[in-house]
Amino acid sequence: MLCQNCGKNIATTFIKKTVNGETKQWHLCTECAKGQGFKPVFSSVGFDLGDFWGNLFAEPATRTIADAVRCEGCGHSFKEIAESGRAGCPSCYTTFYDRLLPSIQRIHGKSGHTGKVPSGAGEKLKKEKEINRLRKELSECIAAQKYEQCAKLRDRILELEKEENNREK
Amino acid sequence: MKNKSAKWYQKSGNQGDVVISTRVRLARNLSGVPFPSELSTERKREVAMRVRDAIKADEKSSDFDYLEMSNMAARDALSMVERHLISPEFSQCKEGSSVLLKKDESISIMINEEDHLRIQVMRPGLDLDEAYRTADSIDDYLDSRLEFAFDDRLGYLTQCPTNLGTGMRASIMLHLPALHERQAIHQLANTVSKLGLTIRGIYGEGSKPEGAIYQLSNQVTLGISEQSAMENLKGIAAQIIREERSGREQISRNPRFEDLVWRSLGILRTARLMSHDEFMSLVSNLRVGVALGIIPNIELDTLSELINDAQPATIMATARRDMEPAERDIERAKMVRSRLADTDKT
Repeated sequence: MLCQNCGKNIATTFIKKTVNGETKQWHLCTECAKGQGFKPVFSSVGFDLGDFWGNLFAEPATRTIADAVRCEGCGHSFKEIAESGRAGCPSCYTTFYDRLLPSIQRIHGKSGHTGKVPSGAGEKLKKEKEINRLRKELSECIAAQKYEQCAKLRDRILELEKEENNREK
Repeated sequence: MKNKSAKWYQKSGNQGDVVISTRVRLARNLSGVPFPSELSTERKREVAMRVRDAIKADEKSSDFDYLEMSNMAARDALSMVERHLISPEFSQCKEGSSVLLKKDESISIMINEEDHLRIQVMRPGLDLDEAYRTADSIDDYLDSRLEFAFDDRLGYLTQCPTNLGTGMRASIMLHLPALHERQAIHQLANTVSKLGLTIRGIYGEGSKPEGAIYQLSNQVTLGISEQSAMENLKGIAAQIIREERSGREQISRNPRFEDLVWRSLGILRTARLMSHDEFMSLVSNLRVGVALGIIPNIELDTLSELINDAQPATIMATARRDMEPAERDIERAKMVRSRLADTDKT
């Protein structure tokens, strides 16, 4: 049988595809099959686990985004993470959150953490919010030239920052 | 390598006729530090030091041994894999990787595995709540000193996205000879996967079930709380235990089964050469016989300990030297004879 695509070579590959319940069949030659993205079954001997896990993070082929953004924590680009299937550091997840989320949802079937929250994380967030609030108040005081109030605010901010630094050590 | 003090696995526990042990593992990473695969040996050592110092600050730290993987003989590392104290991947990690091991081997903390920390707690029998409570308190303690990477949307941040969220993998080690015999495990695997659980061979991913021992664990870690994941596990485990027990009752009515159990004990008590595969299948028969009360005078505790000690690398680790398989088979037969003979005298 000749290839149904080019009509020149002998068909060596039989492809059966079912999409939304509709089944289509083709007999193709090796070249045309390759063109369609099908490789002979036995050529996958050099199967690379990285490729496999990489698919966890694969984006639809239609979206090719210039890889200018790099993670501040480890310098990885999104492409590198997608290829290896592994993040380089915790910050990768914040840097590439929107692009990683679809794959994460695919893996777990859900998203949004509902489990344990470390007690420290809550405290840190609270402190950061408090420091930001005080800074804002401080700049208002400076503008209003309330220097006595400014000094108090400045001391309180320094105190909180020191606590935070100590905790991190 | 192995010291003589009491170990957690020398006792069988709750639902011990079917459940061998329970394990809870938490994956954690230090905030602001790249994952271990991105670190130089030097920086891995820094991470290990931070963890070690944090544990040292605790009054109970004398209960822990700190073992560096680069100093460990291959047989000792493999023996730790056999006893589920470290993962197979971790046994290959060398420079900069280490493990904090509680003396009774019920807690192990792998440092610089895939994640900076893997906190593991093991308990005999079915005991998810206690295993989790212990892991949770170690987590709290270490977090207060080290600060773990956490995101309120994605939970605990791990190198592999499959562990995001709780970072918890809870596993129940089950002895399922009746279900195995009926070839019911495959169907079971399909059912549990719909609940975000998985059932696999004794050493997890890709391993074959030796002695009909299977591992039931949770897969999904994001969008589900630790408690819900454990409730799912408990629910399914209870069903499997019920099925296994009724299967055992059925086979026990067959006189051929009683014969098989006694013959297995006969071989275990007399053989001079015993391969690991043969041992696992015979000891599996014997374990059911003991659980069903067919065999008197042998305790499940004795078998739990024996199954641990008769693994290939553990035999070599205990003897502190490498052996050819044939020599191990002699050692194993000797060990099995003496352990099973002892119990008969009591």
